[in-house]
Amino acid sequence: MDNTPDQSLVESLLELIRVTSSTLPADVKKVIKEAHAREKEGTNAKYAMQIINENIALAEKNSGPICQDTGTIIFNVYHPPGFNQGKFSLAAKQAVMNATSKGYLRQNSVDSLTGKNSGNNVGPGHPSLHFHEHEGNSLEVRLMLKGGGCENMGAQYSLPHTELSADRDIVGVRKVILDAVVKAQGKGCGPGILGVAIGGDRGDGYIESKVQLLRKLDDKNPNPVLDELEKDIVVASNKLAIGPMGFGGETTLLGCKIGVLNRLPASYFVSVSYMCWAFRRQGVVLNGASKISKWLY
Amino acid sequence: MKKLNYPFTQEAIRELKVGDMVLISGKMFTGRDAVHKYLHDGNKPPVDLKNQMIYHCGPVMLQDPKTKKYKVVAAGPTTSIREEPYQWEVMRDYGIVGVIGKGGMGQKTLDGCKKYGCVYFHAIGGAAQVLAERITSVDNVYLMELGSPEAMWELQVVDFPCVVTMDSHGGSLHAEVLEKSKGKFAELIK
Repeated sequence: MDNTPDQSLVESLLELIRVTSSTLPADVKKVIKEAHAREKEGTNAKYAMQIINENIALAEKNSGPICQDTGTIIFNVYHPPGFNQGKFSLAAKQAVMNATSKGYLRQNSVDSLTGKNSGNNVGPGHPSLHFHEHEGNSLEVRLMLKGGGCENMGAQYSLPHTELSADRDIVGVRKVILDAVVKAQGKGCGPGILGVAIGGDRGDGYIESKVQLLRKLDDKNPNPVLDELEKDIVVASNKLAIGPMGFGGETTLLGCKIGVLNRLPASYFVSVSYMCWAFRRQGVVLNGASKISKWLY
Repeated sequence: MKKLNYPFTQEAIRELKVGDMVLISGKMFTGRDAVHKYLHDGNKPPVDLKNQMIYHCGPVMLQDPKTKKYKVVAAGPTTSIREEPYQWEVMRDYGIVGVIGKGGMGQKTLDGCKKYGCVYFHAIGGAAQVLAERITSVDNVYLMELGSPEAMWELQVVDFPCVVTMDSHGGSLHAEVLEKSKGKFAELIK
């Protein structure tokens, strides 16, 4: 295989990383503004939301990272049949290294055994690349930067769950999702957004929970049962009054997206990924010359 | 809005209460997982931490290739609870008067705050640009062998915004919010 990355693709992915790290998508900014307006004057929660809004504007202006934890770099690539994944991976790694030296990304990749930082965000499992073949000729690249603070608040439940009296039904699912919100408190940099997968094995469940986070916040789940559950989780979570940063307040969750996978008769997993308010996700459509032809969020 | 200026004192710290919104000006040292582990393993801190503040932060720093000076690109707080096993020891052994981080800490730290005169300041998680802007200079770096995010950076700050969520009198906003939310949760899943 030719080991020189496609420079045009490297440039486009570098731009995707820069924008993702510094600019929140419009759907996220909208719900954060609404949350700010909802908090009561003079409270710690209002103060937190005010600083969050200032930070969003400043990061965009400075073209600097919204959060210093630029997170796991998760690429989801939707490509036509016959696409060369190896060449794409090469370009993605180069773009990540360039973005790190420019300060769009923190040196964030550590050898789990030695503790040594690779210094360039590349190493086993980094960046995280997921390829999906789809119909048609377009190449879509969706990027999410997911910080460690919120990733640590993720949880996977196996139903039935005795302590919570959560059975293998939608009521049980609701209980464990809300339990994850209570356990997270403000530690995941709330107000947060949940991506949830019902079913799958342990690995696929967590992956699907993150794919759910690629949906726009204002979309509607085509499954009416899940659509209702998504709305209910947000309303119920806000009643918990954990609030921004866990200071107490009106908004605990900004959104919830739920997907479903088949399961084995013996297993019933509910996998919850918690995303912080600094919900960095962007996507691009690339043309035949690997130039950005469209932004997806 | 209260102001807290360097040099920090036990008296000023003891006046602070849960819920106070405070602007901090002066010096602080970053220290996160590796620094706390390093101190816990019995190594002496590279600087005198008496009456100083520790900031749980792994900043994005860029070094000017010519002048070798560092510039802060992004510097918000990291999750504090990971330092729960160690934080009280740093209060006891080295006399820090402030811990800045996010997400709050547990009972050991709360007891340490009361006993040794220390306060937990909650910075706004994810607000890396607003907070970096309040850092006016990077004066030194220690323990660089731990890697840039884990190193101990000496920072000058002006009007660094925080909320006191654990005070030196046993008060913890985190404990309050947790209790209330657990009660509400029990009602919601009935």
